[in-house]
Amino acid sequence: MTVSEAVSGKLPDAMPEPVLPDAGGHFGPYGGRFVPEALVAALDELDEAYRGARADPAFTAELDRQLSTYAGRPTPLTDATRLGAEAGGARILLKREDLAHTGSHKINNALGQALLAKRMGKPRVIAETGAGQHGVATATVCALLGLECTVYMGEEDTVRQSLNVARMQLLGAEVRPVSSGSKTLKDATNEAMRDWVTNVERTHYVIGSVVGPHPFPSMVRDFQRVIGVEARAQVLDLVGRLPDVVVACVGGGSNAIGIFHPFLDDAEVALLGCEAGGDGVETGHHAAPLTAGTPGVLHGARSYLMQDEDGQTLPTTSISAGLDYPGVGPEHAWLRDAERARYRGVTDAEAMAALRTLAQTEGILCAIESAHAVAGALDWVRSAAVPAEDLVVLVNVSGRGDKDAATAARWFGLGQT
Amino acid sequence: MTVATGSAIDRAFATARAEGRAALVGYLPAGFPSVPGAIDAVRAMVEAGVDVVEVGLPYSDPLMDGPQVQAAVESALAGGVRIADVFATVAAAAEAGAAALVMTYWNPVEAYGVDRFAAALAEAGGAGAITPDLIPDEAGPWLDATAAHGLDPVFLVAPSSTEARIASTVAVTRGFLYAASTMGVTGTRTAVDTVARQLVERVRPHTGLPVAVGLGISDGDQAAEVAAFADGVIVGSALVRCLLEAPDPRSGVAAVGRLAGELAEGVRRR
Repeated sequence: MTVSEAVSGKLPDAMPEPVLPDAGGHFGPYGGRFVPEALVAALDELDEAYRGARADPAFTAELDRQLSTYAGRPTPLTDATRLGAEAGGARILLKREDLAHTGSHKINNALGQALLAKRMGKPRVIAETGAGQHGVATATVCALLGLECTVYMGEEDTVRQSLNVARMQLLGAEVRPVSSGSKTLKDATNEAMRDWVTNVERTHYVIGSVVGPHPFPSMVRDFQRVIGVEARAQVLDLVGRLPDVVVACVGGGSNAIGIFHPFLDDAEVALLGCEAGGDGVETGHHAAPLTAGTPGVLHGARSYLMQDEDGQTLPTTSISAGLDYPGVGPEHAWLRDAERARYRGVTDAEAMAALRTLAQTEGILCAIESAHAVAGALDWVRSAAVPAEDLVVLVNVSGRGDKDAATAARWFGLGQT
Repeated sequence: MTVATGSAIDRAFATARAEGRAALVGYLPAGFPSVPGAIDAVRAMVEAGVDVVEVGLPYSDPLMDGPQVQAAVESALAGGVRIADVFATVAAAAEAGAAALVMTYWNPVEAYGVDRFAAALAEAGGAGAITPDLIPDEAGPWLDATAAHGLDPVFLVAPSSTEARIASTVAVTRGFLYAASTMGVTGTRTAVDTVARQLVERVRPHTGLPVAVGLGISDGDQAAEVAAFADGVIVGSALVRCLLEAPDPRSGVAAVGRLAGELAEGVRRR
């Protein structure tokens, strides 16, 4: 299957019945639109433009071309034999989104939405970013397509991910640090929403994950679905059968939904989402709403979130800026309740140990976000009822770890003389 | 339109209309600078001529609000304000003689329990609620709860609203319709857009509900300007700023009273 088939082809191929979301963007009780009336016209315009684009062969051909000649798709599937040996001989296959242009899966969505912004005639693009990967991807495609770009980033994140701030600025984007609230991704998202409602006529808001009001969760999913479509075919080609489990990290959940979605109908394939367990889910210091949160409304949609009894959003804790978010995409909430996917927390310590294991067995320095998935996969193999050598495990390596080198060095006490 | 048998909000707008003026709607968040301090400020603005009070429920992620309201609600939350304090502030506004509403983002209502929230608001003497991030499309349970407890659900229309959306919004709105005068977040502006007048004109054929205009009105002159074409003038950030910039709580309350007095004169200007 080609990339364009992945985004323009019939989505229902891999959709359970009933086809989700509904016309209002609901996945069961989740999703929808909880936004100021002032944004509804823009969301309707976006929904219509997106549906038109998906049905337009010229648009999908252009996206396909950019994904292959610019973003470097398809990304490879790496047979991680030395990592597998560490895990009792399991066959561990790594989907290498870290090798996509800009170093993460975020480019898939950024390209799709920037092409859509051009199609809608909007000259200005805004984005929120946590780890900076989505901000860099958005700044990159704006440079490519000649769009103005403003990226909102929590002040705390501009410090812990300063390399990505410089990258965005070099690409010509304006980076606006956000000093309200917790000074992280949640507050950057609030500020981007405020900008959007004020400047909506000439501005498109490129949301970076499968969160936000309809149509963002399903649109971003469709742009990220290429990961799973490629990976499913690559695994079948390499090992002649489907994997036993697909593992991905979950912050907002875009890389996870992207790789999970084409497997939804494969009942024999387990889906495991790894949230940021921070200091440990039992400590309360984490960012794992699907594991330890409750349903509520944040940033335009209903889903699981971390909140107190008055509905105030709780502070989150994670070593990973990209997972440090109190909410999660509504489709994950639905998959959780339907028990089609399972979600768990992975602590900072577990993720960092996995990061080093992957680096030293395979020579792949992954993002701290992705290390949560690697840790979850290794643990899944350990606790499986079947002998490890009989297992095939697909892990999404959503991004590369250059941005995290300083954090990792501090964690392990490296680089000191 | 019903007058004698209507809600406190209906009566406030009917009274203003009978006096040949627009109603004055004032917003302040509960809990800022403290719970009793906010109650003092609310009483001061009612004494100075505010007809309808919106008590803001401080929320951690106020994505419709500009810098002034953000600063105030962050401070209120840091001070430990709870939903019960919001209802206490509503009760004080109602006792002072105003029609009292809550202005709240949607998640705190869901977390509290939709029906439980409506029951507690009615019990406190509240007349309704404004829900800026709840559109009628998602409001089914809220409409049931407000109807069950005799509250007015107030929804917003914006300059970007289509005719169809204006029609569906006025169909479920009670009390008054909130017309957002500009595209954007709350905050004070030097000039109130002509967009506001055009929006009110577009809304009129759809409804006999009073139409109140908000977002950006900060002084008596702007209030007078808006009162010439709208049934209500909504002021929030400018009142909040009185409290934010005051050297101490007592002078903040006095400043709120002075501004409310100026605005009350504005809506009466001919």
